[in-house]
Amino acid sequence: MEAASIPAPKGLPRTRRLGDRLGDRVLYGLTAGAAVLGLLLTAAIVWRVADGAWPAIKVFHASFLWHNEWNPVVNKFGARDLIIGTVVTSFGAVLLAAPVSIAIGLFLSELAPPSIRGPVGTLVEMLAAVPSVVIGLWGIYVLAPFDAQHLQPLLGSLFGWIPIFAHGGDKVESTVFSAMLVLTIMIIPITSSICRELFLGVPDELEEGAVGLGATRWEMVKTVVVPSVRGGVVAAVILGLGRALGEAIAVTQVIGNFTPLKLSIFEPGDTLASRTANQYQGAVSNLHVASLIYLAFILLVITFITNLTAQLVVKKFEFKR
Amino acid sequence: MTTDAPNFSLRATGRSRRRLIKNRLAEGAALAAASAAILVLGILVWSVFSRGVHALSWDFFTKGPALFGQTGGGVAPALVGSLLLVGIATVMALPIGVLTAIFVSEFAPPRFGSQVRLWLDVLNGFPSIVIGIFVFALMVKTSLPIVGWGHHQSAFAGAFALSIIMLPLVARATMEVLALLPNELRDASLALGVSKWQTVLRVVLPTAFGGILTGTTLAIARAAGETAPLLFTCVLAGQTVDWDPTHSVNSIPYTIFQYSEAPDPALHQQAWALAFVLIAFVLITSLTARFLLERSRRKLGATR
Repeated sequence: MEAASIPAPKGLPRTRRLGDRLGDRVLYGLTAGAAVLGLLLTAAIVWRVADGAWPAIKVFHASFLWHNEWNPVVNKFGARDLIIGTVVTSFGAVLLAAPVSIAIGLFLSELAPPSIRGPVGTLVEMLAAVPSVVIGLWGIYVLAPFDAQHLQPLLGSLFGWIPIFAHGGDKVESTVFSAMLVLTIMIIPITSSICRELFLGVPDELEEGAVGLGATRWEMVKTVVVPSVRGGVVAAVILGLGRALGEAIAVTQVIGNFTPLKLSIFEPGDTLASRTANQYQGAVSNLHVASLIYLAFILLVITFITNLTAQLVVKKFEFKR
Repeated sequence: MTTDAPNFSLRATGRSRRRLIKNRLAEGAALAAASAAILVLGILVWSVFSRGVHALSWDFFTKGPALFGQTGGGVAPALVGSLLLVGIATVMALPIGVLTAIFVSEFAPPRFGSQVRLWLDVLNGFPSIVIGIFVFALMVKTSLPIVGWGHHQSAFAGAFALSIIMLPLVARATMEVLALLPNELRDASLALGVSKWQTVLRVVLPTAFGGILTGTTLAIARAAGETAPLLFTCVLAGQTVDWDPTHSVNSIPYTIFQYSEAPDPALHQQAWALAFVLIAFVLITSLTARFLLERSRRKLGATR
């Protein structure tokens, strides 16, 4: 065998240079450290917030969740109406935003001519870049007055027989409904850009198949595009919900910061995040501070669950591109 | 030679007509939805511009707030404070974010990488007010464990909260750019006998530089507008320009928040003017970053 007799080259180092071995290890260590730090941070957030809320958890236990009195003077705190307010504003916003977002997603992925897709998509995403405090400022002085003058009387006269739409006739500017509108504006860009990506991921062959069989564009969307990413759309809506649940500043600016909650959405109310943001300075006692942190902890748990669910569903729908 | 005219019409009738009308209606609804979103953006930007632009002046940018009973005054402390906060936050978030992204795309086994990605998304989904509460519980109410910093509000605490907001944004943006880099580039470098760490530092990072820059810019635009993380960590500030990061400083978003609920109409005007400054900064940086990102993606040969 000729090949076997070729001598192994001599003089080559048996191992790589020290610098390279060290460099690889150091860079690996540094980057792994950073990644682990990120994970630790998430854990630390949960731990510190729970720890900060502990004095209030010890005093009120879980009854905090269904008691309603919030009275710093006598040190009694309960979160029931804040939880209800959070759920009502967020779900209301999602109900308004979901159809609009899906429609925008469809417009940007199926309908609009390619030359205007880019600019329109960018403009919609710019809406997401507007800071919440600016939307809140606009909410106080532009949206809420318009809402009180025109929208509420109209909706009140149309649906006033349903108690939650009851309109007393006064022009109340700071209302749960204003907060819903503000939240709707904030979540539409998030949900619609995820929807657009999902719809774009639907394989062209499927769409062409539907059109080839004689479907109109609407029938194609209804029978092929939306059903094939239905779960993803639900997840996109849940991500929007997560954003709405946690929004503090814009909501606190327009909602009126008032509990106990009234039945009608055309009255002032409050949410978990909004109450926390609103009382940041006025906290009198340690128990008051701990109760505010307790609110943040409830919010953390709710948004943690919603986001994790949504992320896990969205992951399934990442089409190979 | 005339052929007989066909005795059927191309005009849709009956069921087909209904289907076409339905289609038109649906298309109209989609168009209306997109127009509504752009209309809202337009109204928003126009209200901020038309109400804020009058209050802009040299004094507005260079002076502190007016003393009680005086008119005029400016927001210089808030501008400086925001600069300080966002600057420190960037210094904290940028290296950690980029290193995390390098780990996920260059070193980590895919399973672990997708875990890190998932937790970064979860971190990104935490409400910003909760981040503020976390930093409050970590280093304002108590002092930071081991290091012992804090125990009062400071620009450090505020910047730390902002950096937690920025971290997932920077890391995710960097990951996306690194995923776009063609593997041939890495293979070529490794085939020349260059070690892994040199490949990462000299080939991967320089090529991805543009993308990292735009990701960071987007994160800065986001952090500059965040109010909620600052409420518990950095609001009890003086009325003068302060560059000391151990002090609590003013910031643009908090000042807007404060002035928007103030009884004095002159302060509302300043809130609008400051909102105009903030929105201009955020929109211009986001647009530029997006434009640059698109260009660097195209340079890397991404198909979409």
